[in-house]
Amino acid sequence: MSSVVLITIISLSLLGVIAALILYFVASKFKVYEDPLIDEVEAALPAANCGGCGFAGCRNFAEALVKSDTFEGLNCPVGGNETMALVAKILGREAPEVEPRVAVVRCNGTPGHRKKTSRYDGELNCTIAHNLYRGETDCQYGCLGLGECVDACDFDAMYMDSKTELPVIIDDKCVACGACVRACPRDIIELRKRARKDRKIFVSCVNKDKGGPARKACAVACIGCGKCQEVCNFDAITIENNLAFIDSDKCKLCRKCEPVCPTGAILEINFPPRKSEQTKEAEKAEA
Amino acid sequence: MNKLLTVSPSPHEYSRESTRKLMYGVVIALAPALLATIWFFGWAALIVTSVSVVSCIIFEYLIQKFILRIKPTITDGSAIVTGLLLAFCLPSNLPPGLVILGALVAIGIGKMTFGGLGNNPFNPALVGRVFLFLSFPAQMTTWPLPGGFNASFTDALTGATPLSILNENYDKAGIDVLMSDPELSMPGYQELFWGNMGGSLGEIAAFALIIGLGYMLIRKIITWHIPVSILLTVTVFTGILWLARPEANADPLYHLMTGGLLLGAIFMATDYVTSPMSKKGMIIYGTGIGVITVLIRRFGAYPEGVQFAILIMNAFTPLINIYMKPKRFGEEVKNG
Amino acid sequence: MLKTFPKGGVHPPENKISSGVPIEAMPLPEQVIIPVNQHLGAPAEAVVEKGETVKAGQIIARSKGFVSANIHSSVSGKVLKVDKMPDASGYKQTSVVINVEGDEWLETVDRSKELKKNISLSGEEIIKKCAENGIVGMGGATFPSHVKLSIPQGKKCDVLIINGVECEPYLTSDHRLMIEKPEELLTGTSLLMKALGVNRAFIGIENNKKDAIDKLKGLASSYDGISIHALKVKYPQGAEKQLIKALINREVPSGGLPVDVGTVVHNAGTAFAVYEAVQKNKPLVERVVTVSGKGLDKTLNLLARIGTPVSKLIEYAGGLPESTAKVVNGGPMMGKALGSLEVPVTKGTSGIIIFRDEESRRKEKGPCIRCARCISVCPMGLEPYLLMTLTEKELYERAEKDRIMDCMECGSCSFTCPANRPLLDYIRLGKAYVGKIIRERKQK
Repeated sequence: MSSVVLITIISLSLLGVIAALILYFVASKFKVYEDPLIDEVEAALPAANCGGCGFAGCRNFAEALVKSDTFEGLNCPVGGNETMALVAKILGREAPEVEPRVAVVRCNGTPGHRKKTSRYDGELNCTIAHNLYRGETDCQYGCLGLGECVDACDFDAMYMDSKTELPVIIDDKCVACGACVRACPRDIIELRKRARKDRKIFVSCVNKDKGGPARKACAVACIGCGKCQEVCNFDAITIENNLAFIDSDKCKLCRKCEPVCPTGAILEINFPPRKSEQTKEAEKAEA
Repeated sequence: MNKLLTVSPSPHEYSRESTRKLMYGVVIALAPALLATIWFFGWAALIVTSVSVVSCIIFEYLIQKFILRIKPTITDGSAIVTGLLLAFCLPSNLPPGLVILGALVAIGIGKMTFGGLGNNPFNPALVGRVFLFLSFPAQMTTWPLPGGFNASFTDALTGATPLSILNENYDKAGIDVLMSDPELSMPGYQELFWGNMGGSLGEIAAFALIIGLGYMLIRKIITWHIPVSILLTVTVFTGILWLARPEANADPLYHLMTGGLLLGAIFMATDYVTSPMSKKGMIIYGTGIGVITVLIRRFGAYPEGVQFAILIMNAFTPLINIYMKPKRFGEEVKNG
Repeated sequence: MLKTFPKGGVHPPENKISSGVPIEAMPLPEQVIIPVNQHLGAPAEAVVEKGETVKAGQIIARSKGFVSANIHSSVSGKVLKVDKMPDASGYKQTSVVINVEGDEWLETVDRSKELKKNISLSGEEIIKKCAENGIVGMGGATFPSHVKLSIPQGKKCDVLIINGVECEPYLTSDHRLMIEKPEELLTGTSLLMKALGVNRAFIGIENNKKDAIDKLKGLASSYDGISIHALKVKYPQGAEKQLIKALINREVPSGGLPVDVGTVVHNAGTAFAVYEAVQKNKPLVERVVTVSGKGLDKTLNLLARIGTPVSKLIEYAGGLPESTAKVVNGGPMMGKALGSLEVPVTKGTSGIIIFRDEESRRKEKGPCIRCARCISVCPMGLEPYLLMTLTEKELYERAEKDRIMDCMECGSCSFTCPANRPLLDYIRLGKAYVGKIIRERKQK
């Protein structure tokens, strides 16, 4: 080997060693102490950084979990009970089982139900349209159909249905992170308790107008008549501001309220079709 | 009336300006220079220009439709402007294959990789030009002399440009000596002004470029700040050098009319996307371009520095935009 | 050289089609809908009930707190209901609906045409009269005038400015008032001067109203301290900060009010309303509304009662032309497009402009080409392209630092943008979020 090559190899290697030593000393002198548990907990989290837990990113949530004594108010909706059980094992605690939830769009104001009375030509953003005026229909509470909720979803769990002009939530993909709830300027989307087979019973309306104007604006509006409340045996229904609300934590999905609603504002999803009176008579006769 | 009323946020009236009108305005401003260069370089000018413009349009269309999968925006006129400006930086005998390559780099790398119109930090035409210059230095530094339509495209008589002569002779002889040397055949002020000289397609005809500047100023496409600050800085800087040692430097007027300075100052540096947004910022930008141009011309290895000067100052534009904010109305902020 | 504001501004086509049309009183409608919130500040509270008979000029809603205003009935008749009715934005708010019967006024209201120039009340009494009669700013901002006239402790006012600029295209209601009721306007100005305790008043008028300028100049000499000033035609000359800068060369600080630089600005229509309130005991129950648009056969300056549905005004003007696509409440630069015509005229309704199909469509938006035209036209020295991008990316702290709250939503930026970017749409959105952040910060 020529002397030039030798000198080059030696000098560069020396440079590398000196640099490595400097880095090592600086790293150990300025090291910030962090509880190693935080790294462990963070590794167990889904790493979606969606904010569904209420913290800014999974790392902050991991810090909060390690620092806190209990699991009070700390839940990862994306990972669900599985993830919380893993975290509990790492921290040597018990994790309470949290009932999973799913996002539900509480408006059924399709063009067929809700007549259009003006045409919007502004920027296609729900908050801009909501701040500007009541929307293309006479219902000032209803969905504007511009998809800010769909844009907010990080989990590909929503899309806009071009026929109904309403957002659709894919139950399998929804992790109830709450991004769509926060995005909607009219508070139309709600996180409701999941039931078996993704069944749902809810009032698909947030219209607070009195019955007359509500019905005039939309054929399937809730008019606050109270008939649903009368038949509910579980105290799950409250009427406030001319609007009925079914509490998903109390509702037992007995299906008594849906048929008595005069406008069809209450929707039951993923149930078997009801037997008509005739079919029931026929079955009785056969028995 | 059965129609539904339209509701949109204010304002409900709009001015007649549009991106397309502005771009086509620049094309019109470039027309005198285009005509002049066709007069001087004949078929060669036509071929290089049309290949460049068509390639730019086609590449923009292909990239937008098939790679980015967005709606093609070739009708907004910006690809045509890039094509023309790229062509104006090239020698008339550049093989069409290289022109196409330059267009691909200008549009594909200089514009589309950054997100299309409005997002590129560097002037796309200059990106293409510098790429060709650094990759094919021989072809990019042989400058045909004007021969009109009679000159053969491939066998054009080439010669050194005034700046390259100056570059070789700095500290050896002053401009008067060089101009009177018959062997060097340096163009005089007349030729510089009217365009009967060697150089790239766009840089030769000073008068045509100045007409273009006037048109853009009258139509309010650009303001005076950038061109004037560049040219003024170059005048002052070269003036100081020339007054200090006239036997070793060219006078400011010669510097102003040679090389791509006028083309760069009037059309390249004033590109909206890559230049600062505030008037104060524009003056700083122009001054920087002027200083760097003269530094490269006089003290650097290359004979011409405008292309690099503009690209370097393009890199400073975002910084200038952050610090040179317009003066707010009611500067003093009330508390509470 | 005419005075003007130095920074920014645009020149939309003036279209003052109705400037030669005299004011015409509209016949009474069958029903009026009077919202209890027609002003900035707390909504008033209704003091009448279903079934009650009311007279024109009678108070029907009382102001709540200091920054609020009284609402009076503009007609005589029977209250049909006090219910939530849609206003110009389509959102429902509490309104008093009255079925019109005859045209009986409160006895205290002087409805004679006699010009009363003599001022007998003190400054304080004048302010009280303004408050009692529900006077609010009629240029569109509807700020309660008695609040504006009450100079806060520690601040001084040395000059009154009357805004006769009317810079929005199409609108001509102030112009006609200046030509047809100049003495009333000048008396109103003198009343405002006394209320503020100043001896100087400048009336600013844009130079496209030469007949009004000449008329007022001729008469102003007989009124102490009032001078008339012609201003260059440029939008938004009528914005109060720009008007103050043009007339007396003082800049209102960011986040501040005109009183911080020693002046108070009132619209010309407000000065007229003050005259009627103080000298004739007449509350603010009617106003001049311009009905205009290129598609109309005739344009009008209608004196309409507050609460008249807009549909009735359009009916009186000959009905909506076939080509109509948009109806705007206010001027084309800052007015609000209506989704329905069954909404009432309120104290701030300066005009109803009808736009045809070809004038109503937004063009396709393109990317920002960084041409900086939005910066050169912004009268407040802001960077609209940047504020839009910051709002889109939800960078609200930077937006606040870049003075997004200084934006007065004049629309010059969106008007000018060659790429048709909806700059003002996003700036308004950003202002809403930043405003929320500021309020939450103040509460902590």
